[in-house]
Amino acid sequence: MIRYIIKRLLVLIPVLLGVSLLIFGILTLMPADVAAVQLGIAATPESIQEWNEEHGLNDAFFVRYLDYMKGLLSGDPGISWSTNTSIKMEFAQRIPSTVILAAGTIVLVILIGVPVGIISAIKQYSIFDNITSLSAMLLTSVPSFWLGLLLILKFSLDLDIFPATGAGSLSHYVLPWITLSACMVARLIRMTRSTMLEVIRADYVQTARAKGAKQLRIVFVHELRNALLPIITVVGIILGQTLGGAIVTETIFALPGVGTYLLQGINKYDMPVVMISVLFIAAMIGVINLFIDVLYMYVDPRLRSQFVKGYVTR
Amino acid sequence: MENLMEIKDLYVQYKTDDGRVYAVNGVNLSIGKGETLGLVGETGAGKTTTALSILRLLPERTGSIEKGTIHLSGEDITAISEAQMREIRGNKISMIFQDPMTSLNPILTVGKQIEEAVLLHTELPKKERLKRVDEMLEAVGLQSDRKNEYPHQFSGGMKQRIVIAIALACNPELLLADEPTTALDVTIQAQILQMMNELKNKFNTSMILITHDLGVVAQTCDKVAIMYAGRIVESGTTKEIYEEVSHHPYTIGLFNSIPIMDKDATRLSPIPGLMPDPMIKRAGCSFSERCPYCMERCKIEQPGDYTQDSHMISCFLFEDSWGKNKEGQEEA
Amino acid sequence: MKKNIEVMNEQNKPKRRGQFGSICLRYSRNKMAMLGLIIFLIVLFFAIFAGLFADYDAEAIKQNIPDRYQRPNEVHILGTDAYGRDIFARIIYGARLSLIISLSTVMISLVAGCILGALCAYYGGLLDSIIMRITDVFLAVPPTLMAVTVVAALGTSIPNLILALTISMVPPFTRIVRSAVLQIRGADYIEAAIAYGSKDAYIIFSHVLPNAIGPIIVQATVNLASVLLSVTALGFIGLGVPSPQPEWGTMMAENKAQMRYYPYLVVIPGIVIAATVLSINMIGDGLRDALDPKLKN
Repeated sequence: MIRYIIKRLLVLIPVLLGVSLLIFGILTLMPADVAAVQLGIAATPESIQEWNEEHGLNDAFFVRYLDYMKGLLSGDPGISWSTNTSIKMEFAQRIPSTVILAAGTIVLVILIGVPVGIISAIKQYSIFDNITSLSAMLLTSVPSFWLGLLLILKFSLDLDIFPATGAGSLSHYVLPWITLSACMVARLIRMTRSTMLEVIRADYVQTARAKGAKQLRIVFVHELRNALLPIITVVGIILGQTLGGAIVTETIFALPGVGTYLLQGINKYDMPVVMISVLFIAAMIGVINLFIDVLYMYVDPRLRSQFVKGYVTR
Repeated sequence: MENLMEIKDLYVQYKTDDGRVYAVNGVNLSIGKGETLGLVGETGAGKTTTALSILRLLPERTGSIEKGTIHLSGEDITAISEAQMREIRGNKISMIFQDPMTSLNPILTVGKQIEEAVLLHTELPKKERLKRVDEMLEAVGLQSDRKNEYPHQFSGGMKQRIVIAIALACNPELLLADEPTTALDVTIQAQILQMMNELKNKFNTSMILITHDLGVVAQTCDKVAIMYAGRIVESGTTKEIYEEVSHHPYTIGLFNSIPIMDKDATRLSPIPGLMPDPMIKRAGCSFSERCPYCMERCKIEQPGDYTQDSHMISCFLFEDSWGKNKEGQEEA
Repeated sequence: MKKNIEVMNEQNKPKRRGQFGSICLRYSRNKMAMLGLIIFLIVLFFAIFAGLFADYDAEAIKQNIPDRYQRPNEVHILGTDAYGRDIFARIIYGARLSLIISLSTVMISLVAGCILGALCAYYGGLLDSIIMRITDVFLAVPPTLMAVTVVAALGTSIPNLILALTISMVPPFTRIVRSAVLQIRGADYIEAAIAYGSKDAYIIFSHVLPNAIGPIIVQATVNLASVLLSVTALGFIGLGVPSPQPEWGTMMAENKAQMRYYPYLVVIPGIVIAATVLSINMIGDGLRDALDPKLKN
């Protein structure tokens, strides 16, 4: 098993390095008068020059990149261009909010999405299936931020059950959870359903039926366990999308997370802030996918026999 | 001698979104204990549908047995409940399918899959069940200590053996084999067929072997039924079909299209044309469009079943010379 | 011999008129798909002929403070926003903008993705490895994040927006085209075509692409829907179409401060977005069913 993890890490690490290079490269394209923005009224041609020199903007691209990476890999994501303070502390404080949002959403999405998708497939063409498929299609078409605003309108401003913004307590996360999961749940339902449908049509299901197995047994012993594999993959994809969508949700509800930090950085032309935020999200997705891969390996005997000791191989 | 299975006047249709498919149009078959019946025909003739109908494994939403009866040892199994049918599947009648690569569940060990058949139909305790699994694995020529391996760890031919082991685990009276060797290469095919023959003889199992390969039929079958567009156009003992001179024009076409090693030929001689569209119900003989002996009458009237001993041909060419038997039943 | 292979190849080329016709027929029988098509055409109509219904400068852009915050009435059928601008006018011009941006994005990335994907799949080897590794790096960043990053670096403008979204869309497209082409490439009729000496370009354009086009088109509609949502989302967080240009997402952002008292300001653009995206999704589903009806039964 360790061999498999190492194998996957050997793929993940270069990819993440590539991502850092890519993002850094894109961000260096920021307009050249960043200094002027940062210095504000104190901006004079001399101070601008000084600022550029200090922040390494006059150095060659790779020098800048390597400098940055050296710092990052030793745990220092640099200094914010706009506040001139160390990013490390503030960023660390931003992480919990995003994690709470993401974790709650993921739990909701899986708990609702997977069972509904499976049942829809088993009872294809039934009323349940038709209603869920229709609702799912509707939900994937609705912009999540609109849903968020509507929820605020009704449950915060109108009924005053949940707070609209901020992050004092868990109840601050209820509306954000619902907003973010609505869209993701719909996607998961659709993908789970189509995965399950493929499994139901498989030849080995017919073999089981020809043995005289009851429908219940076929579902649990044959169909579900085989559907689990692609469903795990699908959940991984959805997780990635969730982290991407968190940015917008944090904005609507003014949650103090990595997403809002990112946007702040963008508005203030603060490159190090943007860099660490984007890298963090990309890295989180990479790690989650790694977990998914390992989980997949455990569940699929075809992979397991190659990587786990004690399995007879041919 | 009462037949093990009698299929009378079977009509099966599929209702699809694009229309109705007339897959089986009046099939009569019978098979005795320990006999092997070869069901021969091109793709789309309705052979698989017939087999699925016996076990009532037709797709629920679309397939249905419109008419006809299927008697197993005297009892009409088209009329029994689903629960009773489940007791027959895998137990009294088993079926094996064409593609061994996808017929086995990839995430269960082969031992578990064989054991499942035993579990479903007997009250044997775990120990006895596992013993049976070992027995079956060895009967099909595999080592019993491989029962904890997964299907992907076996080759195609071995997978098919496992499929056969599952099918025979409960000692069925009848085995339905739908093109069991089509997906395998020729040398493996020979092995599998030989093994099936041995097992069949050992347990006195009857078999309906569906195939489009006339060579296979000659090797393994006692009786043959030739199917075209949902009907049996000719049937009889293997000797009658392979050695006698009177045949349905379709049968002649089939035999002629086999390339012969010692004949000098520059071109193959296939039967011109294609099987008729099963979504269109036609009045006359289904082979009329492609038949070199087609008469005007053939296009409007369906020929009956004409018999001589156990040899049946459904073609007007034999109406006068042979005994008329509209039921299509074999006369002993 | 050569003639027979030619005949076989002709038979395996997708019979364009026959197949195309039957695909259209199957599509037209699907009620949801037709509904989606109708809704989309309505949106398209308003987008193209917006000029007939409202004047751009006078109604969509020009601020008219005395007239602001009017609920829907006879003069302004959808009301006015915080700056007195007619919402109906902004919506239909916004449709034009949204559709132009998303359609351009999808078309550019479709072409780029097809070329890259087909090249990778067809030639394989080092070219394939390099392009695929680079694609993997791009794919490690979720599309929204990618677009945000590019806009962050280059600033907000319509061309930048299209560029950002295209960059985030080409890698997934490439991957899909590549796998579709790989599947077809292994097919026997391709081997036959190679065997009797067809040039590579000919094979790609008359055998591979026409057969791959089905799943690619379905993917394109899915992408169109998600690009449209991305455009509005980016607009909402302030990284989209710059003010005062009307865009559905930016409209919601501009007006959300007062949404408590004037909910229509926020509800209406949202309904329009949802309806448009829904219609595209219905079309996508319909296409998928029409192209491969086996999947249904």
